[in-house]
Amino acid sequence: MQEIIRLKQVKKAYQTGEMHFEALKGINLVVNKGDYLAVVGPSGSGKSTLMNILGCLDLATSGEYRLDGELVNTLSSNQLADIRNKRIGFVFQAFNLLPYATAAENVEVPLLFAHVNSKERRKRVTELLARVGLADKMNNKPTEMSGGEMQRVAIARSLANEPEIILADEPTGNLDSKSGAAIVSMFDELHKAGKTILIITHDMSIAEHTERLVTMKDGLIESNGDLSGRRVG
Amino acid sequence: MHIGTVLNVFMRDFRKQKKRITLTLVALAWGTVSIMLLLGFGEGLHQQLSINRQGMGGEIGILWPGRTTKVFKGMGKGRRTHLYMSDPAYLKSRIPLIKNIGGEFHRWGAKVQYKDKIMSEHITGITPNFEEMRNHIPQMGGRMINAADIAQKRRVFFLGFELKERLFGDQDPIGEMVSINEMPFTVIGVMAEKMQMNSYSGDDANLGAIPNTTFEVIFGDPYLDNIVYQPHDPNDMKEIEKQIFEAMGAKYKFDPTDDNALGIWDTVAGMREFNNILLGIKVFLGIIGALTLLISGVGVANIMYVSIKERTREIGIKMAVGARRSYVLAQFLLEAMFITFGGGFFGMSVSYILIEGFKRVPIESDVLDFMGRPTISLEIGLVVISILGIMGLLAGFFPALKAASVKPAESLRYE
Ligand SMILES: Nc1ncnc2c1ncn2[C@@H]1O[C@H](COP(=O)(O)OP(=O)(O)O)[C@@H](O)[C@H]1O
Ligand SMILES: [Mg+2]
Repeated sequence: MQEIIRLKQVKKAYQTGEMHFEALKGINLVVNKGDYLAVVGPSGSGKSTLMNILGCLDLATSGEYRLDGELVNTLSSNQLADIRNKRIGFVFQAFNLLPYATAAENVEVPLLFAHVNSKERRKRVTELLARVGLADKMNNKPTEMSGGEMQRVAIARSLANEPEIILADEPTGNLDSKSGAAIVSMFDELHKAGKTILIITHDMSIAEHTERLVTMKDGLIESNGDLSGRRVG
Repeated sequence: MHIGTVLNVFMRDFRKQKKRITLTLVALAWGTVSIMLLLGFGEGLHQQLSINRQGMGGEIGILWPGRTTKVFKGMGKGRRTHLYMSDPAYLKSRIPLIKNIGGEFHRWGAKVQYKDKIMSEHITGITPNFEEMRNHIPQMGGRMINAADIAQKRRVFFLGFELKERLFGDQDPIGEMVSINEMPFTVIGVMAEKMQMNSYSGDDANLGAIPNTTFEVIFGDPYLDNIVYQPHDPNDMKEIEKQIFEAMGAKYKFDPTDDNALGIWDTVAGMREFNNILLGIKVFLGIIGALTLLISGVGVANIMYVSIKERTREIGIKMAVGARRSYVLAQFLLEAMFITFGGGFFGMSVSYILIEGFKRVPIESDVLDFMGRPTISLEIGLVVISILGIMGLLAGFFPALKAASVKPAESLRYE
């Protein structure tokens, strides 16, 4: 199996005024291409911090992060932006859609920064929204959509430039169980299509769907188990 | 950097914030109108005062007799000097820097009569080049005293517009006979109306002029009262003054360094001072205008800052999906530049319309005759555009830097 993510002794410290807080205390993790992985753990255990580092939204304080063998720690801000644009799709708990823009315009943003021409953009946006079942909501603004619909727009956006990896930080945290289940089945499908998917969650029923389960506690990985056998057995 | 992408993002976001942008734009337009009107007013004032100032004549010098205060070649001090009819020609031949020169006589309290109207007037004897030197421009239908009048000592009369009103009322005076000290004169011309701010012998509006050769004969004055001269180049005034003292000193035997031997009024030097005062007024008005514009600029910067604070999350989202810092910077810079130049252009157009409109309003007013009307010059336009440009960059650059320094993870943190 081909390795896509490797973390070695990754630490992250936050400095707020006089306060020095170590949110990650030495994470070692390997993720292979096509993995479907859930990260669980109590609130404050460092899950989001880990996800931000994986998503190149933030840099580790120390340790090594290799993405496809490339050392991320030393990349420039432009290179990091390009990784976020093309190689990693991010789905947030709070959706993080542009509030003034329509569904189509939101999905279009990563394509704009990838300099895709307008004709191609329009085609891709239509396809992406159809793929998440929102072909009829193209011109709706976030305020005119339900939480589940907003998260589907966010998923469409995360797929815009066909990234290899999808990172989701509590994607169902703001949704009722029914819309949550619809989102999870969407991740299942993406997994079947070959994407590498990492989902942070509180919800063990989501973890049921994934093939690997990583448990975090106090900035460390407590257990790292392969669940794929469970389903086979 | 991809210009197309910058423009795309700018245009997209721009449409979403029309209200905010319009407000900022109007604030800037207001600042621009203020500075344009103030500068325009200063320029109008300058032009009008310069015209008025030229009423007596442009760049001229006036020469009077004086009294020596230095001993010279055994002659004592305190001798009176005189100006003779031959002196203008003498000076012109000695000093090539002089373009025009003419001798002038004055007689106050001469009896001027037209039909049964009798008045006591100031009569001057002048030369044809006063037309150019002293702005004795004739109205249509008449003429100024000419070379033939001088040569033949003709009895011709050229008068100021107010004297004409008093003697003739609305009647056309050209060709009418007037008597001066009981001698008949023919009216040949009336001076065109003009604003005049200074004089050395009364207002030209009440001028009663005859050829100086005629004056010499009928009044029998032995000396000229003064000589008026005009240089080819106003920068030579000081040199001409020195050469006049040398030439006259040589002819009439006085020390050329004796400042009191002759009196000279150099209007060019006065003009320079006057221009400096006007420049001061213009700079003052400009500073007030610039401050007003600056306040608008601070407003723009402030609104940009506030908007960036409100938009931190939006910026974070864009960065999370792949916006490079340079794109965020460029977008906000472009927005500030658009607002400044849009507002500036709008303000300049409004000012232009106001000023052109004001020029066309037919108000007759002494105040306007004196103060002039606001005028826009290329210079003012360039000054305002440069201020706007600098301000746009400053008002945009620092907020844009702030925007580009947003940390995506922090701005999107959700508890
Ligand atoms: N930007 C930050 N500055 C300071 N402390 C932070 C910051 N982000 C997270 N933390 C702290 O780090 C710890 C881990 O946070 P987080 O990774 O969000 O945990 P989780 O997602 O597992 O709930 C928490 O105690 C949180 O308060
Ligand atoms: Mg979290």
